[in-house]
This record gives sequence, C-alpha cells and structure tokens, in this order.
Amino acid sequence: MERILAYPEAIREALEQEMEKDPAVFIMGLGVDDPKRILGTTAGLLEKFGPARVFDTPLAEDGMTGVAVGAALAGLRPVHVHIRMDFVLLAMNQIVNMAAKSCHMYAGALSVPIVIRSIIGKSWGQGAQHSQSIYPLLMNIPGLKITAPSTPYDAKGCLIQSIRDDNPVIFIEHRMLYYQKGHVPADPYTVPFGKARLLSRGSDITLVGISQMAVECLRAQRCLLDAGIHAEVIDPVSLSPLDLDTIRSSAMKTGHLIVVDNAWMSCGAGAEIIARLVEDGCHRNLKVRRMGFAAVPCPTSPPLEREFYPDAGKIAVAAFEMLNPKRKWEPESTLPPEEVAFKGPF
Amino acid sequence: MLNERFYRSIYRIRRVEEEIARIYPTDKIKSPVHLSIGQEFVSVGVCEALNPQDVVFGTYRGHAMYLAKGGDLKKMIAELYGKATGCAAGVGGSMHLICREKGVMGTSAIVGTTIPVSVGYALGRKYMKSDVVTVSFFGDGAVDEGAFHESMNFAALKKLPVIFVCENNSYAIHSHHLSRHDSDNICERVRSYGITAARIEDGDIFAVHEFIKSKIGEIRGREGGPVFLECLTCRWKEHVGPNEDFDLGYRNREEVDCWMQRDPLRTLKSSLASGVRMAIESEIEAEIADAFRFAEESPFPDPKEAYRHLFKD
Repeated sequence: MERILAYPEAIREALEQEMEKDPAVFIMGLGVDDPKRILGTTAGLLEKFGPARVFDTPLAEDGMTGVAVGAALAGLRPVHVHIRMDFVLLAMNQIVNMAAKSCHMYAGALSVPIVIRSIIGKSWGQGAQHSQSIYPLLMNIPGLKITAPSTPYDAKGCLIQSIRDDNPVIFIEHRMLYYQKGHVPADPYTVPFGKARLLSRGSDITLVGISQMAVECLRAQRCLLDAGIHAEVIDPVSLSPLDLDTIRSSAMKTGHLIVVDNAWMSCGAGAEIIARLVEDGCHRNLKVRRMGFAAVPCPTSPPLEREFYPDAGKIAVAAFEMLNPKRKWEPESTLPPEEVAFKGPF
Repeated sequence: MLNERFYRSIYRIRRVEEEIARIYPTDKIKSPVHLSIGQEFVSVGVCEALNPQDVVFGTYRGHAMYLAKGGDLKKMIAELYGKATGCAAGVGGSMHLICREKGVMGTSAIVGTTIPVSVGYALGRKYMKSDVVTVSFFGDGAVDEGAFHESMNFAALKKLPVIFVCENNSYAIHSHHLSRHDSDNICERVRSYGITAARIEDGDIFAVHEFIKSKIGEIRGREGGPVFLECLTCRWKEHVGPNEDFDLGYRNREEVDCWMQRDPLRTLKSSLASGVRMAIESEIEAEIADAFRFAEESPFPDPKEAYRHLFKD
C-alpha cells in the first residue's frame, strides 16, 4: 500500500530515524528549535532528543559551519540547517577551505561527516537575496557531495544517505518542492549518490530537470503529449557525483537534450552535463540546449519573476521547437498549483 | 624537571627550524615555511601542561605547536620535502601538518579557520562526556576575523572546554596590530564575551605553563568554560621564508633585539648543569640529522596519489 507523505514530512522522518539510530547525529542551525521548526522539518525533535541534540545557533554561518566541522572531527554527525540557501554564501570559507579539503589535505587522517541542509526560495517576491541556488559554485569544488532530490521518496533516502556518509554533503531542498507528495516507505532506506532517476519514459527528447525543475520538466512532458511528443524526464538527484550514464543513454536514444537548471546557466550543471557528453562523443548529431535562470538577479514583481524562471510552458516550447525547428506551438498555460497555494511569506 | 623539559622542547624546535632555514636555499623544501623561531616558548609552555590525549589545532606557523605536542619529527621534515613518508603523505606541506595519534588535529593556511573548528571539537567532546581538552592556537591577525568573534561568542554561550592561545607577535604579515585595531585590548574584548582572559607580556614560559596548569583542571572536569591566553611574542624571521626582514623597513631591529635578549632558550640553558644540557643537545642533534636523512632518502609520492583521499570511503 502506498504511504503518502509530503516532502517536508519525508525530511523530518529521515532526521528522526537517523537520530534514533545514531546518538552521534545532531541538528544545529538558526531556528531549528523555534516555533516554526524549519517549515516543520524539525518538528518534535527537540522534545524527543533534547536541547543537546537540537539547538539554535547565533547568526554566524561561517563560525557555526566551523563548529560543525570540529564536531564532526570529534566523532559526531552534525546536520547544519540554513532555511535559505543564500546564507550558505556566508559559510563558504569553512565549506570550501576546511570541510571539502580536510580529508585530502591531511591524506585521509581526517574526515568530515557533515550535512548542510539548505532551502532554495521561490515565488511571492523572494527577490534577489532569498531565491539563490548556489550549488553551481559548490559543484566546482572537489571534496563535496551535492544532492538536490525532487521527490519525497528521494528526499528521505538521500538525507539518510547524506547523514551516514563520512564526507561533507550539501543537501539542497526547494521551497516549492515542499508541496510535493508521494510514496515514502516507513522504514529507513538510502538512495545512493551518483544515480539519476528516470521520472518518465519517452523516445523523442530528453529533459533533465534539476531540483524543482524536475517537476517543471514532468509538467512539460505532459504538455508535450498534446503535440504528440514523448519526452523522457530525468532527475539527476545527485549533482556531485553526477550520473552521466543514465543521461547519456537517454540522449543517445532521443538525440535531443535539454538540461533545465534551477540556477544561472554560466558554468552551471547544464554546462557540465553537456560538456561531458560532448567530450565523450556521445551522439554525433545530438542537439542540446540549456535552460535556467535569466542572467540577472531574481526580481520580485510577478511578471518579472515569471520572465526570470523557466517553467513547464517554456520548457515545452523549447522542446517542441528543437524537434520542429520551423514550426510554432503554444501550449496551454496554467499556473503551477504550488504557486497558487503559496501565499508567503516564506 | 620543568627547566629541563622546557629546554629540551624549545631547543629541539629552534634547531629544527634553523636546519630548515639552512637547507631552504637548496630548494629541496618546496613549501612556504612560516618559522616559529622566537615564538616557541608559547607552544612549549602550553603543550607541556597538556595530556597526550589532549588535542591542539593551529595555524600555518605551526612547526612549534606540532613538535611541542609530540608530532613526529621525521614525518614533519618528510612532509616539507614533499615525500610520500610525510605526515600528510606529501599532500599538505608545511602549512598542513597533522599527527592525530599525538593530538595534532591539523594546521590551516587560512587565518582564523581552525578557531571555530576547535570550538566544534570541544563541543563534540563535551557532548561525549570526554575529559579531553582542546587547545586552539592562533595569532593576533586571526583576532581581526569574524570567525574569531563568532567562536568566542559560541564557546562562551555553550561553556565549552577549550583553551584559546593567541600568539600576539604584533604583525599580520607586515601590518602592525595598531594599524588594524583601535586599541591594544584583545583580552578586554574577549572578556566582554564572558570568557576569562589573561595576558603574559614578558615571554615568561613558566608563567604560560602555570596559567594553563591553573585552569586545565576545571576545564578537564567540564566545570569551567573557555579560557583565553594572550602571549606577547616576537617573530625573529620574515613572515614566510628563512631570512631576516629588516630591509623591508616595516619594523626595526631594536624591536626584535629586545626579545632576543630575553630568549628563554638562553636563560633555560644557564639554569641547567652542563652535562645535562650537552646530553640533551647531542641527543636532539642526532635526531634532527636522522630526520633530515630520512626525508632526503624517502621516495616522492606516485603521481597518481594526487587523486587519493578526496573522500573517505
């Protein structure tokens, strides 16, 4: 029987089960024990595990990341939470210079099992500093594992995998994914790094969607059926390491590939995926395209925001035009339900 | 005998670094070295008060701390030579020394970065109800960093079993601390976070040692919170490299001379019977010669080793 959970419930369950299993796991971050409990993802954990294992922090992202690194060196498994990914920028020194490097720089004498959870914002005027996806910056750094699951099933499995991993993991959530519901087994399970998920089978074109763009790609795929186009949709799930094999075999089959990123495109995940496929000589006539944020900071006014983000309609049109270069097509456009449901403030 | 222990440790560090400086022009050591010469008494005074299982975190000017805490000399010199037998297998170099089995948890080249890490380590130890004491070594330059203040605040908030040791040699590279700070008041600022702080101005290794001894019991018993010690000191050599740097003009020779005159190595030396002293010296000279020979004779790492240890499996 299907057991349906929403995305944040899947995250909460992963945390609770790992904290039960391993007393070394603890949660720190601004607001993890406050009345809102990080949109419910840490609900009940303070009551169950106590303030030594679930605690608030000062607004000191760099210092607190260093604290997490040190606690990990002492044998603990910290989960450090940032309710908005933009604030991870303040922790870049500790993430890049210490967490990512310690194992290699000291020839394996140290390892840093930390999880950095962060949530990407979108909609309702989050604006330039509350909407950023900085994982392309982090994908550039050796020594980090990066995962951005789009389904509740993967959210739980990836978070458990991240906590059990002996290395620093950047675990990326998306505010709009918090509306996703799906089957989540009750028992603990892991979803391995470096394995993409095929979300929908098709033979005409491959759509790779990262984080929330996986949802938009699935919507585009349904839209494209109206035009008789069968798109294959892939969610990489893990960005470092990347599962090129799954994407490659799909692209070999369809000969058409669009990578839709939930970030700016320059030096991004789309560039990386396509460059590696081309280097491999994947498909002689492979047609490729990247989609992502417009190359400006995110604006707040609704029409500007709609211009800024890729969405199902834009993805469907791009797919249609890649397959039919001389024809025009206008899919039916509807507002995504979560954007209708979301009334802010965060 | 404290005199003897201090003399042995400072003499060893001093002679190791003099030997590094002597070898440096041959280019066999292809690693930026930040020598501790003149500052050794801080590491020695502190580390002689620690237990073997206590843990230290430090900076790129970390040779003295590494050796004072018992770090393996052969592996350190091999690391400077970039050899496979180095303490970080030739990956880390002089600025990333590690000797976990002796409690040397790694030195970092980014100013201030190991301060919050040591605080987190202390948090972990407190959580595990361990009586290991964590010591964080850094310079006056690190006091400028945000991470320093974030760390002081958090260590005080959680009453963590950590000792902060600020080696104040007055300069961040060539910038005098009064060109970076409004006042000479590091301890005052630290006290404002709720941390006990003391300053030792005269380079007295016995005072350094005594201060740590007087505080470590309650920290080990997890009764006491963090403690902060500022030691004024002087770097005799250039910021990085084996030479003097008076030609640069940012400081004058008298500043350094006054510290050279109170060099603890000299006063300790005169306090020891010559037989004892000579036995220590010849033992250490032999150890150093042996360590450099070991480094010279060790193989370089296989190039493919560059890819190892990116992740723990």
